[in-house]
Amino acid sequence: MALAPAISDLEQLKGHPAVARLLAWNPAAVTGAKFDRDEMTIYVDRAYIRDACALLREDSECLFNYLSDITCVDWNPAEPRFEVIYHLLSIPKKERVRLKVRLDSASPAVESLCSVWPGANYFEREIFDLFGIRFTGHPYLRRLLMPEDWEGHPLRKDYPVEGYR
Amino acid sequence: MAHLTATPVLEPGQDRTMILNMGPQHPSTHGVLRVLLEIDGETVVRIMPDIGFLHTGIEKTCEAKFYQQVVPLTDRIDYLCPMTNNLCYVLAVEKLLGLEIPPKAQWMRVLMNELTRINSHLVWLGTHALDIGAMTVFLYCFREREEILKLFEAISGQRMMTSYFRIGGLALEPPLGFFDRVRKFAGYFSEKVDEYENLLTGNPIWGMRTKGVARMTAEDAIALGASGPTLRGSGVDFDLRRDMPYSGYENFKFKVPVAQEGDVFARYMCRVAELRESNKIVQQALDGMPDGPVKANAPGVVLPDREKMKTQMEALIYHFKIITEGFAVPAGEVYQAVESPRGEMGYYVVSDGTAKPYRVHMRAACLANLQTLPKMCEGGLIADVVAAIGSIDIVLGEIDR
Repeated sequence: MALAPAISDLEQLKGHPAVARLLAWNPAAVTGAKFDRDEMTIYVDRAYIRDACALLREDSECLFNYLSDITCVDWNPAEPRFEVIYHLLSIPKKERVRLKVRLDSASPAVESLCSVWPGANYFEREIFDLFGIRFTGHPYLRRLLMPEDWEGHPLRKDYPVEGYR
Repeated sequence: MAHLTATPVLEPGQDRTMILNMGPQHPSTHGVLRVLLEIDGETVVRIMPDIGFLHTGIEKTCEAKFYQQVVPLTDRIDYLCPMTNNLCYVLAVEKLLGLEIPPKAQWMRVLMNELTRINSHLVWLGTHALDIGAMTVFLYCFREREEILKLFEAISGQRMMTSYFRIGGLALEPPLGFFDRVRKFAGYFSEKVDEYENLLTGNPIWGMRTKGVARMTAEDAIALGASGPTLRGSGVDFDLRRDMPYSGYENFKFKVPVAQEGDVFARYMCRVAELRESNKIVQQALDGMPDGPVKANAPGVVLPDREKMKTQMEALIYHFKIITEGFAVPAGEVYQAVESPRGEMGYYVVSDGTAKPYRVHMRAACLANLQTLPKMCEGGLIADVVAAIGSIDIVLGEIDR
């Protein structure tokens, strides 16, 4: 099974319902899209992520009513350094889509999704804990896994695997 | 103590609540879960789980390992369903590589996965019943679990940390006589489920402790990210094995148990019914087990057989290369989800084209399921907290990673 090359041209992917819906709502919100290994990725501008999720959740064409996961990748030393990744699932349509927000290292902050899905709470706290990304509007943004007085954010790439000695 | 549900307001002068600490060393928290409770007499006003006592930084460790070296780490995340973790990770990496897996390996994976599900549900049933006060069930469940652990030991050499699935197939052919032992187990297992049900399902004490306790609606369950039997117990008919099949699950016929009530009893009924359905899948897998190799034909990725290694120079070279420098995986990213005994387990693997994963993230079903605890417990009695924690079947190793 050879890998099909990834499609990263937004023009070709306009037919996907989630892309079409977001573009119809606000063309400035979508900064790119990618279709690779049967998985759809949409790059969303950081200012619009909460509204975009709320839209995809309610829209009858998409119905992405379930938030599977939120995570983050650190691309240090590249800029924008962080990617926050949202995996949405549509239980009625049995489909997935991945939304990505790029954040620079100067101000790694993005709006919280807790008002759309209360289940985003722990996922966002975990990212805050391990990557140091701030989620504005989060009801209780405290460390989740590491001790309260821990220094640094362990999953950042400039944090040594053995920890600081 | 703010958290996701609206904070209950105390009337002025109604200064009669107290804070109670439960755990992290508490027998019914199934590991090291700490729960803070604000109680008004016997009523729970607020509840806040505190986690992280078992955090081992597995995601960070994965970034320093070769792809094949991550497999043994995945066992240790959710130690009650090691094979499900193995499966989810190897499926993700195989998707990144574009590897085709031979049918026998896929069927073996399904077979072992369903045995793992039975194993995990037996531990859940035994400990959950023990929490609520029914001790006998625990002994019965562990009797059957022992048999499954022996099967695991026969096939992988390990009772719990199996690491049996490898990228590109399986570690080894199943040993001689293995299928006969599984068939024997599958033959008598449904009678054993009857035994558990005789002890619990119609038992009035069990009913009083579980029916109408720790209710959750379908809307809340979806909004809070619950999955697995915790979601299906609230009436949402969704199972990844049936609805988004992986590893050949589309070839199997099974029912997805759903219950509407959303209480502890509904979640209990879902899991007990799943025990029977998993047993059916095991029998179908045994009946239809195809012949053929258990490893994909990908010399640079899959370790050669031991015999070939001793006689063929090429095999020895590949073996040396895979062990010393790993294999490069094409750049890209994959999110692979499987239905673990606890719900949606997802692996998000990012490759930058080298032999080590750039990022491995595990979507822990328990982490999301634990968030439903305040919804279930607030306004209820303190004695029901233990029943609610048991009913969402948490494994702290998976929550804390």
